[in-house]
Parts: sequence; structure tokens; C-alpha cells
Amino acid sequence: MEKESLLTPKSSGFVSTRNACKLCAPLGASIAYRGVEGCVPLVHGSQGCATYIRRYLISHFREPIDIASTNFTEDTTVFGGAMNLKEALNNISEQYKPDLIGVCTTCLSETIGEDVPQMLKIVEMEADRPADAPRLVAASTPSYQGTHAEGYREAVYSLVKRFSYKPALPESHSSINLFPGLWSPADLRHLKEIMTDFSLDYTLMPDYSDTLDNPIWDQYHRVPGGGTPLQKIRNMGGAKASIEFGVGEDYYKLNQNSGASYLEEEFDVPKHSLLSPIGIDQTDKFFELLNELSGKETPIAHTNERGRLIDAYVDGHKYVFGKKVVIYGDEDMVMALTSFLKEVGIIVSLAASGSEGRGLKKALSSDDGETTVMADADFEEIREFCLENKPDLIIGNSKGYNLAREIGVPLVRIGFPVHDRIGAQRILHVGYRGAQNLFDTIVNTLLQVKQDKSPVGYKYL
Amino acid sequence: MTDFLKKRTSQIVTLENDAPDIACDKKSLAGSVSQRACVFCGSRVVLYPIADALHLIHGPIGCAAYTWDIRGALSSGPQLHRLSFSTDLREKDVVFGGEKKLYHSLVELIDTYKPNAAFVFATCIVGVIGDDVESVCRRVSREKGIDVIPVMSEGFRGTKKDGYSAACSAISTLIGTDDTYEAPEYSINILGDFNLAGELWILKDYYEKMGVNIITCLTGDGRVDEIRRAHKAKLNVVQCSGSMMPLAREMKEKYGIPFKKVSYFGIEDMSEALYEVAGFFQNKEMMNVTRELVTEELKELIPALEPFKRDLAGKKAAIYVGGAFKAISLVKALRLIGMETVVVGSQTGNKDDYKLLQKLCDPGTILVDDSNPNELSTFVKQKGADLFIGGVKERPIAHKLGLGFCDHNHERKEALAGYEGMMNFAREVHASVMSPVWKFVK
Repeated sequence: MEKESLLTPKSSGFVSTRNACKLCAPLGASIAYRGVEGCVPLVHGSQGCATYIRRYLISHFREPIDIASTNFTEDTTVFGGAMNLKEALNNISEQYKPDLIGVCTTCLSETIGEDVPQMLKIVEMEADRPADAPRLVAASTPSYQGTHAEGYREAVYSLVKRFSYKPALPESHSSINLFPGLWSPADLRHLKEIMTDFSLDYTLMPDYSDTLDNPIWDQYHRVPGGGTPLQKIRNMGGAKASIEFGVGEDYYKLNQNSGASYLEEEFDVPKHSLLSPIGIDQTDKFFELLNELSGKETPIAHTNERGRLIDAYVDGHKYVFGKKVVIYGDEDMVMALTSFLKEVGIIVSLAASGSEGRGLKKALSSDDGETTVMADADFEEIREFCLENKPDLIIGNSKGYNLAREIGVPLVRIGFPVHDRIGAQRILHVGYRGAQNLFDTIVNTLLQVKQDKSPVGYKYL
Repeated sequence: MTDFLKKRTSQIVTLENDAPDIACDKKSLAGSVSQRACVFCGSRVVLYPIADALHLIHGPIGCAAYTWDIRGALSSGPQLHRLSFSTDLREKDVVFGGEKKLYHSLVELIDTYKPNAAFVFATCIVGVIGDDVESVCRRVSREKGIDVIPVMSEGFRGTKKDGYSAACSAISTLIGTDDTYEAPEYSINILGDFNLAGELWILKDYYEKMGVNIITCLTGDGRVDEIRRAHKAKLNVVQCSGSMMPLAREMKEKYGIPFKKVSYFGIEDMSEALYEVAGFFQNKEMMNVTRELVTEELKELIPALEPFKRDLAGKKAAIYVGGAFKAISLVKALRLIGMETVVVGSQTGNKDDYKLLQKLCDPGTILVDDSNPNELSTFVKQKGADLFIGGVKERPIAHKLGLGFCDHNHERKEALAGYEGMMNFAREVHASVMSPVWKFVK
């Protein structure tokens, strides 16, 4: 089949995407916005975008997730969305009384050329705008550009760019800016615990550890408590340093907007780019950086956790050695997981991500050759790989379940989304404790396979 | 009642003697956080269960990713509907147009998966970037020798209801294209059942016992070739009337096939659905068989429901579903197990259905159209509901406030239709309402 030069086939030779291993950018932006205190996300596009995103996130977090829409109609598409945007801002303010409304665009509003930042500026400058009206921010997140992971980074970048400045107050200067990836609420809580244990001031951006993992309520909280306070975002320009967890190098150099890069360029806040702290090697790097930034030794509770983790590695090493694993998911998660799996002797036969994965390709392709790297991957391509190279285990989000079932290997669920189990918010990936959790789960999953397949059925392994 | 959007006042009614009619069929307000989806969603859910067709979503990735394998619609054969295909448009496609990518996607997917027909869903930006989807579909159809049917489902072109209509139009292009089929005398089509958790198979069993032949179900466990013969039926039995009425009306006009609106939820409505069909064919023998069938089923079911009814007596329920017609059956089904409905609403109910609801429900019940989390959460607290019946988006509202929940949306994995379904419904409601965990919620 002749393909016009415009069409770039994927690794399978297909130009279409079959069972996508990614979501669209406004979803990621909505998560980031939910991590800011008092913020209601607003998707500038058709009603379905907001509703689909809500449904998808609710099924993962199992929390109420209110995301508003500007409800495009045919008229809006022809004449522009300014009126709808304004009406939506008013209706959200009336219902939710938020401190901030985080607008993200969609394929539709971007394609018709909406200048949302300009529209917001006009709204904010209106003479009759009440003093307590919510602040406004816009992120450009058309779904034809990048994935949900990039949408998340873009919203974080937009928030930082919109609100942070170099404050005169000296107290903000000891603070550390933390830019996590799309981690679980449990991960964010653990990260905060680590910072507190180091007695370090920090701004976690974003922080949805409470807003997307609430206790039971007596009354409906229209805007759930928690999230990064706007005042802290303002002060980020005066921080001592930024730590950006991602692909281990500057996102900016990968042609992506980055909050940490912005702060470095504008306000000289030194930026440290790390992989997510998954496994001992990567967590050590993070702790070493904290040692340096705090001038303190690692607190004993964490060195003990590290010690117990190594003890567990020793106890379980034989069960995992040489096992072949296929992993997929967000680029940064896949890279950090690969590092963790290799350090315990597991062979990562396929590392796949639905994003275009410049960082992933660069980092893993120079490796030992035992890992196939697949960027811009979809689940049919991952499936085809697995049919030819049957792994012992699949690690990734719940969307790989049918594939795992088809080839008859277990799926260890991590990351986002997990739609077929409860407790996705509580999966801990990061820190020594996160590695402990992942290691125990992986070893026990492999032990169960061994036990179930054994004709004897020993209950003493 | 505080902090509700004032513009929505006419869409909320508390039932009293002189209560006004509820306003409906309105566009959702921007920023209202409506529970509705879009045109694409309406088309996608209706066509989704056609299991031997290729469903290709033309646009950027979101629409395809969010609708991959989401319905509980089962197939007895091919599973092609459970895969998610997208042209996954990127920036360069938006700039230069997506027609080529659509053409090549269709060709490669048809060659690989050999579907019996293909549906191409146009999403929001397709028209805006100037793609002529219809002409690409015609070209591929000519080259590949199968029907390639465009579904004009751009999200902004109306509401979910308009998406249902677009799906009906797509189905209608297939109907009547196989004239060779000889239909048995008592032949019907089922419209608006989607075989969630195998519900169609429960219904099929009843109808077959009555001697009624089902030519096709639109669209549960659907097959392209069966749809082609749908015009040979004597009667269309319409369940999800919200989605399928445009098609039922069209078939009446075009092929003279009458239709009956039915529901398969709860004992009364289920039995009525069977009697309606037997009555239509005016066959005494069939009517007798139907009576026996219903009597047999109820002989088992009624006593089996008793223990649930004892526990659930006096408990209160809130209902928020897609269409109001289903809510009517749910109110009745809840009464059967001793429960009272205190809040009832729907995303896209119409005037007639709301009128029926208004007549059916007790005074004091809150009736609401196109609601949102703020209103729903306030109403369930205000009325002291013990149970919420809705879909995935309503579940966290219920759970967060400490209410039981029953999923009655199209994603459900439990069969709730038919007599068997009534039993499952009672069991599920009971399991949620009677759980001891609620004591910790206070």
C-alpha cells in the first residue's frame, strides 16, 4: 500500500491507532488543576470532553470529580466561544465559589483559533468584576498535540507562568519546588512526608493527594479541601531549587513546556531533573539531592526503610531473576520502572509508551539491547510483541488486562488508569517504601504463578 | 435550596398538587457541570454493540480512548466492537487535513479485520478542518465492497439525543438491503436493547417460548446481515425509546412496521412487554403461552423477593438515569421491593415521559432534568435517600455521602432486565442498602 509522505506509519506499519495507550491532553490538565487549592477545571470545548474525562477519572480515583465545560454548540463553533466561556465562568462562580478556574482548551477550540488567554484577560479587566471573583488561568491542550501526560505538564507550566514571581519575602527562599509526574495520591503523600522528615519547606505542584482522595463526607464539598495554595505558587519564583521528576532531563530541551525550566529562566531558580524515585537507584539520587539541599543526613526512618527494602530484595531475588517483563504507560513512569526492574534482575523486554517519547527513546535505546523501546505505541502493537515474545509478567495500567488474559500471564496494576480494581489512589510507587510495595507485589504475583502451576501445590515456599 | 443556578429553576420540580410541568429538552448551561455527554457519545453507544462492524473514530485520540470497551454489551460471536480504532489525528493532520489518514486507516483496518461493514464517526474537528468524510467512505466502500457508513456525530452539533438520531440514520442505511430473507409469521425486531450483561438473551428466551421470532436486535448482539433484514418484521418493540424512536418512526413510515414502546425492567413492565406482543399478533395460543410463562416466572419470583422486601421496606431511593422512560420502570420496580422514590431525574427525558413520572411518583418527590452533582448531592441529603440508582458519574456522589448505589447505566455488568434481572436488581439493591458499613459513615 502506497503511503503518502504525510503519513508516518507506526512500528506495526499501521497508520491508525488500535486500542490507544494514551489519553488526551485536557484530561491531564484537569488532573493538574484539581491539584490546586480552590480550583475548578473548565474544559473549553464540547460537553462530551468534560463528561468523558470525568467518567474516566472517577473510575480511577473513585471520587467526585467535577469538571465544567463551556458546552460548544454549532453557533459557538462558527462564531467563537467567548460568550460560552464567559457564561461558564459566571455559572461556575455562582455554583462553586472557587478561588481559581483553570481553563484548558480542546482540539475543537484550538482548531477554530480561540485565544483563551486574551479572552480571560478581557474578563478579568471588566469594570464590574467583583473583587472576590476567582482568578483565571488557561492552558493550551489540544488533543492532537501530545498525550494526557503532556497536558498535565502544560497545565502545571501555565499555572507557574501565570502566577509565580520573585517575591521579596525572604522566607520563601528556603523552599523547594517539587514537580511530580502523574503520580498516585499515595505517592504525593509520601513525597510530602519525606520533605517533612528532612525539615524542608516545599511547594508540591500540583498536589491532589487530598482533593482526589477524600475521606467520607457528611455534605458534598463542591470544591474539596487541599491542593497547592495559590500563594505558594506565587512564591515559587523565590525558591531555593526546583526538582522536576520526569524523564531525567530537561523537558524544555525535549520541546515541552516545563514549570521548572520557566522558573530557572525567569527567576534563576536552579532546576534538578530526576527520574521518578522508583527503586533504590532513583530514590538514592533523590535523597542525595535532599541531603545536599537540606544539609542534613537522611533521617533514620528512611535509612531503615532502605535497609529493609534491600533485605527484601535479598529474600526475593531468586524469584525475579531473569524474568521477562513487558511494561507500558506514561513515559516517565516507564523509564523509572525500567530502572527499578533492572536493579532487581528483571529483564524488561518491552518498554512501551503511547506518547511520542523522545526522552524514553533516547534514554533506553543506548542500553544493552535486551529492551525493545516502543514510543507512540498502542495496545495492539504491545499485544503483537507479546504474542511473539511471551513475557512472564506484564506491568502497567488496567488497560492491558485483555492482553494479559489472552497470553495467560499475570498483570501487575500500577500507575493510571486502574479501572478494574479498587485502591488505585493508594498504590505507592515512589520512595523506598514504594519500591517495597512494588517488589512484594511482583514477587508474590510470580510466586502465585509458580504455586498455581505446580502439580504438588506446596504451601511452604 | 442554596447556590443552584437560577437559570435551571424550571428544570427542578417538587411534586405537589399544583406542581408545574418540568421544563426539558433544553441545552445544558455552560459551566453547569451537566452529567450529559455529547453527540458523539450518543452515536457511539448506540452503534457500539454491532459486533461484526468496524467502528473507526475519526479525530484526535480522546474520543476513541474514552470509549474503548466501555459498554457491557455482549456478543455471542465476533468481538470486533470491543476494540477501539482511531485515526489519532495529530497536529500536521489538522493543518493538512485528515482525509488521507482516514482513507489509509479504513483500508488497513478492513483488510486486517474483515468486518461486514464499517462505521466512521466524525468527531468535533473533522468538519472544521474540512475533511469530506462522506466521499472517503464512498471511495473505500467502492474499493472494498462493504458498506462504509459515515456517522456525522461531531460533539458540538447538539446533545446526546442528536447523536442517537445520527446513529439511527446510519443503521437505516443498512435496513432493507437484504430482500431475500423469508421471515417467519411472528417476527419482530427489538429496538433499544443493547444486550448489557446478556439481557437480550433473557428476553429472547421469553419471546422464543411464545413462538415469536426476533429478526434483529438493534443493536444488542447486533450483526450487519441481520440488520439488513429488519424491514421484514411485523412489529418493532422499542425499549430505549430515547435512542430508538427516530428509527422506529422511520421504519413505520418507510416499511409500514408499527411499533410499541415497552420496558423490560420490573415485573409489571416486563409482563406488559410480552402481553403487548402476544396481543399484537392476535393469536390465542400465543396469549395462553404468554400467560403461562408469566405465571410460572412470578410463582418463583414473588416469594423470592419477599425477604428483600422485608429488609428494604420504607427505604428511600434517588434515581438519575439517561432517559426518563427507564426511570418510570425503576420507580415501579423499587415499589415492588418496598422502596419509595424521593428524587428522580434524567439527562435527556422528554415531556411525555416526565408527565408519566409526575403522575406516578408520590407527593414530595423531587423531579429534575439535566441535573449536576451540586443539585443531586443536595437532593439526596435533603430527602434522606438510602440508595442512589445511576451511572458511573453518580456513583461517587452516592458513596462519598454514605449512600448505597446501584449501577443501572450502560456500563453495568449485571443483567437487570427480565424476571431474572428483577431478582438481580433486588439482590444488588439489598447488598448495597443493607451493608453494615453505613454505621461508620455517620
